[in-house]
Amino acid sequence: MTALVEIRKLSKTYVRGKQKVEVLHGVDLDIAGGDFLALMGPSGSGKTTLLNLIGGLDTPSAGSISVGGQRIDQLGSGALARWRASHVGFVFQFYNLLPMLSAQKNVELPLLLTRLSAAQRRRNASIALQLVGLQDRATHKPNELSGGQQQRVAIARAFVSDPALLVCDEPTGDLDRQSAEEVLGLLQRLNREHGKTIVMVTHDPKAAEYATHTLHLDKGELVEAAALAH
Amino acid sequence: MKYLHLVLAALFRRKTRTAFTLLSVLAAFLLFGMLDAVRTAFDAGTNAAGVDRMIVSSRFSIIQPLPYSLLNQIGTVPGVKAVAYANWFGGTYQDPKNFFPNFAISPNYLDLYPEIVLPPAERKAFDATRTGAVVGATLARRFGWKIGDKIPLIGSIFPKRDGGSTWTFDLVGIFKVRNPQLKGLEQQMLFHWKYFDEANAYYRNQVGWYIVKVADPAQSDRIAQAIDRLSQNSDHETRTETEQAFQLAFAKQIGDIGLIVGGIMAAVFFTLLLLTGNTMAQAVRERIPELAVLKTLGFSNRAVLLLVLAESMLLVVLGGVLGLGLAALLMPAVNAAAGGQIVLPPVGVATWTLGIVLMLVIGLVVGALPALRGMRLNIVDALAGR
Repeated sequence: MTALVEIRKLSKTYVRGKQKVEVLHGVDLDIAGGDFLALMGPSGSGKTTLLNLIGGLDTPSAGSISVGGQRIDQLGSGALARWRASHVGFVFQFYNLLPMLSAQKNVELPLLLTRLSAAQRRRNASIALQLVGLQDRATHKPNELSGGQQQRVAIARAFVSDPALLVCDEPTGDLDRQSAEEVLGLLQRLNREHGKTIVMVTHDPKAAEYATHTLHLDKGELVEAAALAH
Repeated sequence: MKYLHLVLAALFRRKTRTAFTLLSVLAAFLLFGMLDAVRTAFDAGTNAAGVDRMIVSSRFSIIQPLPYSLLNQIGTVPGVKAVAYANWFGGTYQDPKNFFPNFAISPNYLDLYPEIVLPPAERKAFDATRTGAVVGATLARRFGWKIGDKIPLIGSIFPKRDGGSTWTFDLVGIFKVRNPQLKGLEQQMLFHWKYFDEANAYYRNQVGWYIVKVADPAQSDRIAQAIDRLSQNSDHETRTETEQAFQLAFAKQIGDIGLIVGGIMAAVFFTLLLLTGNTMAQAVRERIPELAVLKTLGFSNRAVLLLVLAESMLLVVLGGVLGLGLAALLMPAVNAAAGGQIVLPPVGVATWTLGIVLMLVIGLVVGALPALRGMRLNIVDALAGR
């Protein structure tokens, strides 16, 4: 299968005060299109940093990242923002919905950056909410929804603009087991039925079982790559 | 427009705080609207002064009289079309607090002030009645006067020759002023100088000032110099100036209203800047993770900057328009409550224009720093709460 994400000799160093902290050291990684990859590892191992770099939220100190053949490490901040808007969806541990907007309006947010009309935006957001089973909660604000429901709204927001890649940072970290399984099942459906490539950071081995591959990071390096047959 | 719901949602995220901030902006612009009306009222006479009229007064003081004999001499100066004269009387009606402008005027005074509109029959009656007086419609309303009434004024400056201080006038006409900028003229009372000259205890053949109508306003400087030369080195040297300059100098005897109003408004708006700036800074500080989410979704730095700026500008414009609107509504009520003693003009186009510009500038200034902060925020740090 062709690699959607190609990472070569990727390093990231943060400067915190007078200290330089090298979080990633020369990571090489290919993620195939249609893959559901779980990134695991202890705290501070560089999982979220790698995820942020793949999602174009941060830029590497050295090395290269190509997504769909495009070198995103070479893009300026404006071009990177445009790239994120059309190529990648994000799911966070704490949902990060805008509290003053309804579920429907939260899902419509990425579509504001497209040329779609207001009616088309409303329709696409409704379909996305339907796919996550929350069409009856469209007018509810985040504080009127449970954690699991909020995360499903966040997932709808992540895929509403039909990006090829979804990056998920501990998407079940704040959920009870049942809600976590619903969310993971939803991600699995998006991967299997809609062909979305998913990169998910998790501490939870049970969550990783939903992925097609699991990679382990330790001290900024990939230490193990295990292909799990499902 | 597609981002308007985002701006509104952010603005009303904390309803109580936004309501209080809106109230403070409203109060500031209410004050601005009313004070600017006061300034406009003071400027109105100056702005609407006749361009073809000049005032000749004593070089030393406005209260120093000039000889009546100057009348014919001024009339001979080339370029002078007509000359009238007047004298300040300063009488009060029934009670010293019932003060209003009242003047003794020459027979042709009203001919030089076409903005004062008196029906022809009333003008005829005025010309024919030695003790006749005409008053502005506002003044007549204030005291409930009607034609045929006898108006007794207490001449506190000018007692009568017979020893009394009560001057009785026959009200023969009520004039109106069409130009809204000159509505203040409707608070005046005018009567004959001849009656004043004959009956007052102090003056004889003296006038307070002359009004000169010139054929060509472009020649005003030359004419003024020629008139002032008539009394050079005498005990009654004159100062001739345009009516606008004269009224400006007269208004400045009360104080530089423009400067006073400007000073008060500068203090008010400076306080508003600090208050609203603090509110906006706090509002953006609270929303840093949300702005980071917008950036994550693909909103550019510029888009985030514009969203925050739009929010602060909307806040100030909303409060400002409400404040100026309230001032416009209150102005007639203030005039009515003052019983005609104060005639403030309505909130005009100039005030609205200046107000809107101020709102936009204040909105821009108070939003600039929070907007820059939002624009520059690092997504990874902001999402991590750093």
